[in-house]
Amino acid sequence: MLENYVPILVFLVIGILFGVIPMLAGFLLGPRRPDDEKLSPYECGFEPFEDSRMKFDVRYYLVAILFIIFDLEIAFLFPWAVVLDEIGLFGFLAMMLFLAILVIGFIYEWKKGALEWE
Amino acid sequence: MTEVLLNVMDGWPQGLQTLIVILIKITLILIPVMLGVAYLTFAERKLIGYMQVRIGPNRVGPKGWLQPIADALKLMFKEIILPTGANRFLFLTAPVLAIGPALAAWAVIPFTEGMVLADINAGLLYILALTSVGVYGVIIAGWASNSRYAFLGAMRSAAQIVAYEIAMGFALVGVLMAAGSLNLREIVLAQQGSILHWFLLPLWPLFLVYFISGVAETNRAPFDVAEGESEIVAGFHVEYSGMAFAVFFLAEYANMILIAVLTAIMFLGGWLSPFHGILPASAFTLPVVGALLGDGIHWFLIKVSLFLFIYLWLRATFPRYRYDQIMRLGWKVFIPVTIVWLVVLGVAIKVNLGPWFD
Repeated sequence: MLENYVPILVFLVIGILFGVIPMLAGFLLGPRRPDDEKLSPYECGFEPFEDSRMKFDVRYYLVAILFIIFDLEIAFLFPWAVVLDEIGLFGFLAMMLFLAILVIGFIYEWKKGALEWE
Repeated sequence: MTEVLLNVMDGWPQGLQTLIVILIKITLILIPVMLGVAYLTFAERKLIGYMQVRIGPNRVGPKGWLQPIADALKLMFKEIILPTGANRFLFLTAPVLAIGPALAAWAVIPFTEGMVLADINAGLLYILALTSVGVYGVIIAGWASNSRYAFLGAMRSAAQIVAYEIAMGFALVGVLMAAGSLNLREIVLAQQGSILHWFLLPLWPLFLVYFISGVAETNRAPFDVAEGESEIVAGFHVEYSGMAFAVFFLAEYANMILIAVLTAIMFLGGWLSPFHGILPASAFTLPVVGALLGDGIHWFLIKVSLFLFIYLWLRATFPRYRYDQIMRLGWKVFIPVTIVWLVVLGVAIKVNLGPWFD
């Protein structure tokens, strides 16, 4: 049972090597002649004058929080969907109730304007 | 083939034997995938060329066929620039984080009956987890570069991918409900019967949502605001050059093929032939024609090519979405549509609606 997961572990390692080896090759084969102009962050030819890790819109945080709620919901739905045939009408209706509660929350955030990006 | 190998390795430690067999299988998966990635870039340039009444690359090799190899060689001999103020460790980790999951996801893909590296029960969950990890590559690249454009690109891409991942997850739940299994092989086998049994038909809204979300997840046109070369130059990978850029590029195309493969498996019946139930059963026993008409990897490849073609076609046809439109489509159209269809699907399964759920 668990030995089915060994190939996946090996594949993950190979996938990471596929990222590391080409970059090592690039460092070995490519030239290295850095200078100030070349290493400065690209800003359409201007001298960059502030830290570029600037403030950003609070809506990005809001999206992240909403994402957590819905992603958890999907995590709950996954096992339910797999055994849907075996849990009968009660299991089905229980999940519909859960979905209904989440839909109410979704309508609330929609009406509050949390999804607006004007 | 495995048996010949095991004979050669007779007497070697058990662990080493399994490891070598696994490594050979992985190579057999990765070589076609990497060739597919290389020639997908070529196909993209050629196809978009023809769609815009140009010829596309035609100088390197016969009809330009060596172009992807020339591109790779050129990138290999270019300098990798580490910009000042960049967080060096994260800057170099980001491409690895992008390509690692994009390739490792192939471990659970069934190419045809019995042709799968790891036939695990949690296949779909594994895919969902790995495609989510890929987002980190983009975010870390944007943050570590210490560049405004890269930072903007990373922020945009994070919010966009997160929004579309929910729609994508809901679409996957629909597939699970219809198939009753997380195992990708069993999902394909649940679509056996005829072309009418493919999940394309009972799950058509989820199919559309899944494929369009897939285009958005891979940051492809018309959802390519994370790169948006005419707005923020190249978005999260402005500061990357040489092989570091090439790795991002490979990851993007490997992800595109992965989405096309998953769509084919989950909605178009993977390697199943569309002729079941249409032709008489005797047609499949004919010598050569029967094998071509019957199930097999060739159907899988045809379906995947179809979706890849649509990917390129979308890029040639549509202008880029505005960012607020992208977010509206993700949150206000796709999520309600999928929730409604999950309820419809649940009722359909509970009343055993034929011909799919009887």
